[in-house]
Order: sequence, then structure tokens, then C-alpha cells
Amino acid sequence: MKLDVRNLGYREVNEWLREHDGVCELSECLGQRFIAAGMSDREITIEGTPGNALGAYLNGADITVHGNAQDAVGDTMNAGRITVHGNIGDAAGYAMRGGRIFVRGNAGYRAGIHMKAYRDKVPVMVIGGACGSFLGEYQAGGVIVVLGLPQDGQKTSRIVGNFPCTGMHGGKMFLRTDAADITFPWQVTARPAEEADLAEIREYVREYCSLFGCDEESVMNSPFTVVTPDSRNPYKQLYVAN
Amino acid sequence: MAGMREGEIRIPSGCAIAAVISREGKKMTGEAIMESMKPMHDRSNGLGGGFAGYGIYPEYKDYYALHLFFDCRDTRKECEAFLKESFEVVKGELIPTRKIPEITDEPIIWRYFVTPLRSVLADLQLDEKEFVARTVMKINTEMKGAYVFSSGKNMGTFKAVGFPEDVGRFYCLDEYEGYSWTAHGRYPTNTPGWWGGAHPFTLLDYSVVHNGEISSYDANRRFIEMFGYKCNLQTDTEVITYILDYLLRVQGLTLTEAANVIAAPFWSTIEGKQDAYEKQKLQYLRTVFPSLLITGPFSIVLGFDGGLMALNDRLKLRSMVVGEKDDKVFIASEEAAIRVMEPEVTNIWAPSGGEPVIVKVREGAY
Repeated sequence: MKLDVRNLGYREVNEWLREHDGVCELSECLGQRFIAAGMSDREITIEGTPGNALGAYLNGADITVHGNAQDAVGDTMNAGRITVHGNIGDAAGYAMRGGRIFVRGNAGYRAGIHMKAYRDKVPVMVIGGACGSFLGEYQAGGVIVVLGLPQDGQKTSRIVGNFPCTGMHGGKMFLRTDAADITFPWQVTARPAEEADLAEIREYVREYCSLFGCDEESVMNSPFTVVTPDSRNPYKQLYVAN
Repeated sequence: MAGMREGEIRIPSGCAIAAVISREGKKMTGEAIMESMKPMHDRSNGLGGGFAGYGIYPEYKDYYALHLFFDCRDTRKECEAFLKESFEVVKGELIPTRKIPEITDEPIIWRYFVTPLRSVLADLQLDEKEFVARTVMKINTEMKGAYVFSSGKNMGTFKAVGFPEDVGRFYCLDEYEGYSWTAHGRYPTNTPGWWGGAHPFTLLDYSVVHNGEISSYDANRRFIEMFGYKCNLQTDTEVITYILDYLLRVQGLTLTEAANVIAAPFWSTIEGKQDAYEKQKLQYLRTVFPSLLITGPFSIVLGFDGGLMALNDRLKLRSMVVGEKDDKVFIASEEAAIRVMEPEVTNIWAPSGGEPVIVKVREGAY
């Protein structure tokens, strides 16, 4: 089913999506926010530029964007997958607690802010290009992978901006770099990834490569840095004596 | 909304800003910038919208274009008499507006093209711009019922209570042509929305549209009021405008230096700078102007004679996207707004927090 959404507001777009399952195509999308919020059991492809909070509270649907996405992609997402064949704005995966986000290009500030995990719910975000500052801010769980692959033939100058992992207290982050030029807060440990670490992300990298058509071996054949919080309570006594 | 109580309905919002400029000084009507606000409609709540256009008054380009709101005819007469004491007024007229159902309760809206009398300037030993700025402050502070909302040369601000796309139609912006435009859709957080409080805020040719809510308002206000500025409206954008006027016009800082004052890098970031001169300069600016550091979320576009500067707070707590196409540069809170103005836009990117984006029209082209 296909819908030209050029002159529609987000309510109409979401009402139409709720009435249809299976494969849904939205064309001429321009800034409509909250697309597919809370939805499950359908495949949605979007041509154009969806607005903020694409796939917020997503609960199993599979969204593909042929273009860029704006801020807060996958806000509080619970399950499903969001694939963006372009770049995304700030605060992607905000408080995401399940599902997967794949971005071919770059992410803005605060990607993966306050991602969390619980038992079998482990959110995953893979960014193909570079990320802005405050990557993984307050990360509490889940896996963030940043590949730093060249975009449009241009090598990325730096895989992540300033202050990554600020307030991180759970989960794992993998950066495809030796991280020599990156400063981490003292509450986290950044070390070269070993075989066992890389085995954890191979599946995600494979999925990224199959989605965007690149070579898994050459992506994996590079130094990676893995970042984890230092202990169960790295911020002990930072705010209150507990 | 009958029967709705506070807390039962939430309107998700956040201000919207947009701008476009031609580096070649090519003229554009206000239509594109008005269109750009449509996909961002939900970022405003109808309590304020406005635009600034540069290069729109070529026939009066040597005169200050004062745009004023008046509450009644008597106030206007009184204000005109006051202006004529120290200015040559070459033209005074109603600003043309369209009656549309979306915009109501308008004040009396006039514009005057003026130049300060040489004898008055000589007497006061003031330069022209300083005298005009002081006059604006005097009217806005002392003359009840009169408010100057635009005071630059060959530029003008148009603002009202309403959604921005309606405000643009109300002021007939499709009939103006400028080389640069900025726009704002408002979602007021701390003050009730009224006509004067809509954006852009201006002083002389500086205009500011702002998305955000700064937390340093009072510290900034106390400092800037020591230099003759009067913050009449208790809104944070007013103080940002005066800070920029002070740093750029009065102190003579460059745009980048002013950006490094208001969105100063963290001391730890400065400490890590490799370039010794840059490091020393950043330390100097933070040390000399600590009270002009603006904290809290903001993304702004500063319009000025011949250019624009876009800037995010150093933590980048608000979104901002920039794109280009041929001679034009586009700036907006959302990429969708840029794509409305130019579907074939290239080089879409998001500047980092505290990284000013400065676009100037080629010298001689405006």
C-alpha cells in the first residue's frame, strides 16, 4: 500500500498506517513527526525527510528511510528496527529499551542517550559514519557501535565529538578506532577490543553491511575500542551519599 | 477546548527558526521563508511569529526604518512629535497589512524613515547609531503604549501574535524583496505572548530569532543593563540581542569572537587546544566577559547588514541544520524546512555546539 503524504499532517499519516498492515510505503514525506509511533507488525518505507521522533515507542515495526531523518529517531523504542539510508539528527535512540537502529551515515549529538536494557531486551544502535558530542550520554544498557566509515568518499575527521560516555553506567560502546584522540570520563574504561568483544558485535555489523551493501570483513578488520562503565556504581557519592 | 483542564492536554512544541541568504545579494520575496515555517507548524503554538528581511527598503537605504506599535492615535501623535525633535522624518506611513481571520487585535502599526539631525548629534557628541539605539531604548522604556520593534537601515522586522505563516501573509511579505530573511515561530515559555514579544528582536540592523530558553538571563541582564540597555520584556531573546549589539558594535568584536563569548567552550576544551594563540584568545574572552556567557539551550540566527550568523549553545541543546544551493545558504531548526525552500539542497549538515556559521553577502552586492 502506498500513500503520498505531501500535504498530510502526522495524525492523518499515522491513522492511515494503523489501518494498514503488511508493507506500507510513504512518499513525499516532509517533516511529519511521530511517524509509526508505537506500531508493530508492519514494514514501512519512507521516501523523503520524516520529522522528529520517527518510530517513537516503536513496538516491532520495521521502518526504512530513503533519505535523512531528523531528531529523536526511535525515542523510547521498545522493539523493531529502524534503518536510515542517510544521516540522522540529535538524540537518536533516546531512552531506547529494545530493537535496533541502523544509520548508514552520521548521527548528531547525544546518540544513544540513556539507552537501557533489561533481561532479553537489549537495544542496539549502529552508526556507519561519525557521531557528534555526548555519544552514549547516561547510557544504562544496550550496545552502541560507531564505525566511522567514509561518507560520500570523504574520510570522517573524528569518529566522535567531545564528551562521549558522560554519565555512562551500563551497556557497551564499540568505536572503530584506536581512540587515541578521544578523551573519556574517568568513570569508564576504554580498552582495545579483543576477539571475544568483536564476536559480540559481528552479528550487528553483518546486518549493517547487508542493509547498506558493504564488506563485513573489511569493516571488522580494524582496531576497535570497547567502552564500559567502571563498576556497578561509578557515580557513588557524586550526588548523594549512597 | 471546553472542559479541558490544564494537564489534560499536552501540546508538544518548541520554537522554530529558519533563514535564507543569497551570497550574491540576489533578491527573494518573502514567500519561500513563509513556506519554510509550514512543516514546523507544530513547533509554535500561535502566540508569536515574525520575520526579518534585509535589503527590503532600497529606496530609503540611507534612512533608519523605525517600525512601531502604538496602542492609540494619541500615542502615535505624541511619539511623532518626540521623533521630530531630533530626527528628520522623510516618510511616515501605516505598514500595509491584510485583514485575515487568523490575526486579530492588532495595534496601530507604522513605519518611519528617519535620520538624526546633525545638530543634535553634534550637541550630544554621539555617533548616529548610538543615538538611534538610545532613542529606541527611551521610547520603549518611557513612552507607554509605543514600542519600536525594528530600527535598522534597509531592513525591517515584521511580527505579531499568531502562527508565523499567517503573520507573513498579514504583513504581505510576498510583496517585499530582500537578499536575506529570517523567521521565527514562537512557543512562549516564561511570558504571555504579545506582539512586541514575538521574534525577531532587533536593535539597529541586528535581529535575533531564537529557539530555546536560556538559564543565564538574569546574570546577563544585570551586566548588560550597566551599559544603558533596558530589558523591558523579561524575555531571553531581548537580552541576547543587546549582548550581541554590545559585543559587535560597541566593543568591536568580530562575529566569531562574539560567538566565543556567548557560547564559550568549556575550560577543559580550551585547555586541550593545540594552537597557542587560539587558546590564549579563548581564555582572554572568557575572562573579560564572564557575565556574557549564555547558558541553557539556544539556537539563534543573527541577522545583520550584509549577512547572517547561526549559533547553537555549546552543549547543543537545540537542533539546527544548514544547507546550500548555488548562491544560497539555508538554516533551520529542521531539515524539512530547508527542503521546502529548496528541494535540491546540497551539503546538509548540523553545526556543532558553539560553532558559529557565518554567511556574508559578497562585498558590493547588497
